[in-house]
Amino acid sequence: MPLLKDGQVVDDPWANLPEPSEAEGQSAGETAIDVDLIVTLEQWRNGREALLKRNGRLGLRLRSDQPPAEIVDDLEHFDLIALEFPKFSDGRAYSYARLLRERHGFKGELRAVGNILRDQLFFMLRCGFDSFEIAGQDATTAWREAIAEMGVWYQPTGDGRLPSGVLGGAFGRSRAVAAE
Amino acid sequence: MYRYDEFDLAFVQQRVAQFRGQVERRLAGELSEDEFKPLRLMNGLYLQLHAYMLRVAVPYGTLSSKQMRRLARIARDYDHGYGHFTTRQNIQYNWPKLAEVPDLLAELAEVEMHAIQTSGNCIRNVTADHFAGASADEIEDPRIYAEIIRQWSSLHPEFSFLPRKFKIAVTGAPNDRAAVRFHDIGLQIRRNEAGDVGFEVIVGGGQGRTPVIGVTIRKFLPKAHLLSYLEAILRVYNQLGRRDNLYKARIKILVQQTGAEVFTRLVDEEWAELKDGALTLPAEEIERIETYFAPPAFETLPANSPAFEARRFEDRDFARWVRSNVSAHKADGYAIVSISLKPEGGAPGDATAEQMEVVADLAEAYSFDEILISHEQNLVLPHVKLSDLPAVWDKLVQHELATPNIGLVSDMIACPGLDYCNLANARSIPVAQRISQRFSDLNRQHEIGDLKIKISGCINACGHHHVGHIGILGVDKKGEEFYQITLGGSADENAAIGKIVGPAFSYDAVVDAIDSIVDTYLGLRQDNEKFNDTYARVGITPFKEKLYAAA
Repeated sequence: MPLLKDGQVVDDPWANLPEPSEAEGQSAGETAIDVDLIVTLEQWRNGREALLKRNGRLGLRLRSDQPPAEIVDDLEHFDLIALEFPKFSDGRAYSYARLLRERHGFKGELRAVGNILRDQLFFMLRCGFDSFEIAGQDATTAWREAIAEMGVWYQPTGDGRLPSGVLGGAFGRSRAVAAE
Repeated sequence: MYRYDEFDLAFVQQRVAQFRGQVERRLAGELSEDEFKPLRLMNGLYLQLHAYMLRVAVPYGTLSSKQMRRLARIARDYDHGYGHFTTRQNIQYNWPKLAEVPDLLAELAEVEMHAIQTSGNCIRNVTADHFAGASADEIEDPRIYAEIIRQWSSLHPEFSFLPRKFKIAVTGAPNDRAAVRFHDIGLQIRRNEAGDVGFEVIVGGGQGRTPVIGVTIRKFLPKAHLLSYLEAILRVYNQLGRRDNLYKARIKILVQQTGAEVFTRLVDEEWAELKDGALTLPAEEIERIETYFAPPAFETLPANSPAFEARRFEDRDFARWVRSNVSAHKADGYAIVSISLKPEGGAPGDATAEQMEVVADLAEAYSFDEILISHEQNLVLPHVKLSDLPAVWDKLVQHELATPNIGLVSDMIACPGLDYCNLANARSIPVAQRISQRFSDLNRQHEIGDLKIKISGCINACGHHHVGHIGILGVDKKGEEFYQITLGGSADENAAIGKIVGPAFSYDAVVDAIDSIVDTYLGLRQDNEKFNDTYARVGITPFKEKLYAAA
């Protein structure tokens, strides 16, 4: 599936660690030591020591029933977190993304994966996602349209965009204070 | 009234353009109905039994004359000449053509209206007391806060894909006309002991197949923290609300399953992180919105009007209409006029384009250009001089808008039912029509007094049957329509869920059953006792005995 980042389709430098059932007997130690690897929460918990000995970067993939609160203490080990949308209507990961960015200070890549509609991209961007696995032929056009369609929003989020309406003024001031 | 600023205007215009593109992709075959469905639902467009249905938001139920005239024009140009006012202060059009919907939305945008978030699993159109700004018992105008919530909840990036739909209601008065205990979140404006004004926050109420009375999770929330506290509730719900079962996905089930205490703790923990952050409402912003809802320039008038009193004395029909349809106003010499959309034999909540225009004209001439929509599917002229009441009444009579039945037996709430709805098990509107015909004697209705009958065509309870003094629920029994009757429900500050009286009645027998219940009540009531008071005193047995005596 094409990967969108900064409005462009890019090659994905990350590999997923196969499940044991797919690659019998293969463990984290046996994949090339310098590959950037995305692991599931289960793989992380079971193979933590071996994974930490590798040279490649580590990413974590969370299901929508795995809130990031469960791994807050381990965030420093991950350069990427992928949050799953099993159905486009399962909106839990919007909250997870904001919590990771705004509360837990996660600065790495936050990737949206699963059943994603182009009409959701802007919401995701505003919640802190910065890369997207999106189906379809023309992902860059979809992206361009999706983020240009709405130029007004009312909510302050961690992305720093200034909201309109009653929270606009206060948000501007609080950012000015924070910058001092 | 609130007026859009340049950003609000750009917001709805961009949304119309976006939907126009989506409709074009659908009509060109680039989008399948499955792919189009979530997009149209986010713009209030349903696919019903016979055609598309568009639900237009009337934020906190307030319209100007100009907006009402536009709704009339749309009814004429895009529908069959009428519109249907709903229990959530929306208006529905039942026959728009898909290709024309973007034009319809553009016409709405011109008068600062839209259909955003009138469907889908998001925060729906925020509702408020339909006597807002006019009633004497009001602490503050709830629409100030409904507007603030409208802004915050519009296309919220985090809360547009909730487990299920989410409804918020605000009331500024202790007499609750907004049913705040039957919403996902109900906000009751309170004054605390220090004299400050804030909110009692009620969560987890609702009707549907599991009726629940909401619980208070915060007795007093200062205004400045309104949005941070709402965001905390929504964030807890978005993460923990059930997504595996459509019927257990509302916040009421989450509150029940975690328990009110644990739920309150979860919200408070989340709120502790959000409080005093970017969601804090500056006092000057609240004041800015408040100015939009400042009271109109009422004249200083005596509390009585001789012209009004004379007409009331001379004209019994006028007097009867005043008794049921006119309510006390906070300003001397003014009154609140309720316009019934429940004529005998009519479909509750329906208004023709001409009727909408008449109401718009009346509002412009006599009510400071303001119209309110009630959740009981009626219209309200909030600020009419007592001395103007005769002229208003005369005009209403000419246009079949003067039915004197507000709060009476024939002022029923009914859902669209099997005649229009995919989900219904039974017809609702014909039952309402037959009841209103049975009780067609308006003097008898006045003698019976306040009595709320509410009819739903299925257990989703869109007709609010759980909270009717008499509730009627359509059920399917082996392919035949039957009606289950409940007694003792109430949506106001004495919130209660009705109890089932016994076995259901057939379509033919249900009107006789209602008649029997009313007779039992009249036989047992003491003094001017209300239906629910008599019911509370005597219990369900006398009603049951009479209803099932023949069987």
